[in-house]
Amino acid sequence: MSHLEISIKQKKFANKVVLQDVRLSIAQGEVVSLIGASGCGKSTLLRVVSGLEHDYRGEVRLDGTVLSGVSRDIGFIFQEPRLFPWLNVADNISFDIGKVGHDDARVIELLAEVGLIGFGQALPKQLSGGQAQRVAIARGLYTHPKVLLLDEPFSAVDAFTRIRLQDLLANVANVHGITILLVTHDVDEAVFLSDRVVVIGNQPGTVVADIRIELPKPRERETAALLAQRSIVFDALHSAHVV
Amino acid sequence: MSDTLTLKKAAAAPVSPGDFLAAWVGGKADRTLRGLLLPILLLGLLEIAARKGWVEARLLPPPSEIGATLWQLAQGDLWSHIGASLARVSIGFVIGSVLGLAVAVLVGLNRTLEDLLDPTFQALRNVPSLAWVPLLLLWFGIDEAPKITMIALGAFFPVYLNVVCGLQNVDRKLIEVGEIHGLGKFELARRILLPASLPSVFTGLRTALGLAWMFLVAAELIAASKGLGYLLSDGRETSRPDLVIAAIFLIALLGKVSDSALAAIEVRSLYWRDTLRTRKRRHA
Ligand SMILES: Nc1ncnc2c1ncn2[C@@H]1O[C@H](COP(=O)(O)OP(=O)(O)O)[C@@H](O)[C@H]1O
Ligand SMILES: [Mg+2]
Repeated sequence: MSHLEISIKQKKFANKVVLQDVRLSIAQGEVVSLIGASGCGKSTLLRVVSGLEHDYRGEVRLDGTVLSGVSRDIGFIFQEPRLFPWLNVADNISFDIGKVGHDDARVIELLAEVGLIGFGQALPKQLSGGQAQRVAIARGLYTHPKVLLLDEPFSAVDAFTRIRLQDLLANVANVHGITILLVTHDVDEAVFLSDRVVVIGNQPGTVVADIRIELPKPRERETAALLAQRSIVFDALHSAHVV
Repeated sequence: MSDTLTLKKAAAAPVSPGDFLAAWVGGKADRTLRGLLLPILLLGLLEIAARKGWVEARLLPPPSEIGATLWQLAQGDLWSHIGASLARVSIGFVIGSVLGLAVAVLVGLNRTLEDLLDPTFQALRNVPSLAWVPLLLLWFGIDEAPKITMIALGAFFPVYLNVVCGLQNVDRKLIEVGEIHGLGKFELARRILLPASLPSVFTGLRTALGLAWMFLVAAELIAASKGLGYLLSDGRETSRPDLVIAAIFLIALLGKVSDSALAAIEVRSLYWRDTLRTRKRRHA
């Protein structure tokens, strides 16, 4: 029995089939990237797993239990930080249980983890894009989720910020052993972070390649081994007509 | 070349009144003082115009005379007129905006109620204030009830419309964050929809307050024996433009002061907003 078991027979919007026979088994602590053409259904897949999307045929199991609706065991991090502008950083992080104040132990721990010590009382409008996304990551981690879903989380920040956020995510995955399902359109990011890169084909969306990245972690960037994996992924994307 | 430069510099050295004024208006002055500039200039101009006989003082009395009228009134029953008007505006505004807020929350959060109620309110909001007067007089007679009802009516619609609009325009992306955290309908409203609509609530309240003053005057002009609107009609009947203008001045003053008070509450409550206005404040 695997940790996260996704089996979607079919997901339609109106009469359009968006996902067809998507089956993914993910082990505890595994980092899996989803990569594929725009509009192939990656976000929809994440929304199904998160419980935001109810209207589909199939099921999602976490540790053997079928999920119905959202769960505190599954955190979601969006492309944009989506912070509540009227709450300070601490209250945004602890949103799950309401206001706890900036001296809440869990909030302080998370602020340290995402590199924002002392920012608890700052307002979202005082943060840069990268800082805001760090807060969003902290919010996603607040409930100690077993699974973290991320939908193109770093695509709206500049290249340097992206590298630092990727390092942050790699660290979070290593330290906590959280299972991570990450949608990205950045092959380098996918190869650097993941244990598996899953290529989703287009119309309808389904798994067309599942590539294991057997490299020890923590990883160095731009190593020959990483580049070799990268070209394997690119080959898969070519044969799936994604690029 | 360098000679002309030094010449220019020397000429600019003593600050002329014009330069001083330009610098003052441009940034040094307190913002309140800057806002007073135009009224003071206008009053000065009117005073001169009346003194020099450019306008007929019988029709447009000089500010000094209006000041005297105000002073005279202040010795008499001016305060009870102001008190009567303030009481009507406050009571009517509170009733109207509380009802507007309550109905808007119901309509904004419930599709069925929206379908049932909103078309009617959208139709009624087009009725001008004066159209209600005959009906309200018929129903409630000429005492306080019809006046307060009218003011409440005037305050109701802007609050209702703005809050419904604010609730319906809350960013779906924020609502999704609430859903991810498993918020139910009530919690979603309390923790996301209402705070996100707060800016619209204040827009509605400030418009409502302005309309409350308008409806007050309409109500008092028609049937009242006290209040600023009564002063207006009294001034007309006794052919005293100074009284009319004094009443207009007081209405403008009270309207401005009450709006500024509400605006101050708005700025305090919406400190978290990231807009052009808050940015200007931060850089000021
Ligand atoms: N709420 C929706 N209603 C109708 N169609 C949708 C909706 N959400 C997504 N789609 C459609 O489903 C397809 C997959 O969308 P999405 O999962 O967002 O793709 P991706 O994230 O891979 O770019 C797209 O064709 C999109 O137009
Ligand atoms: Mg997407």
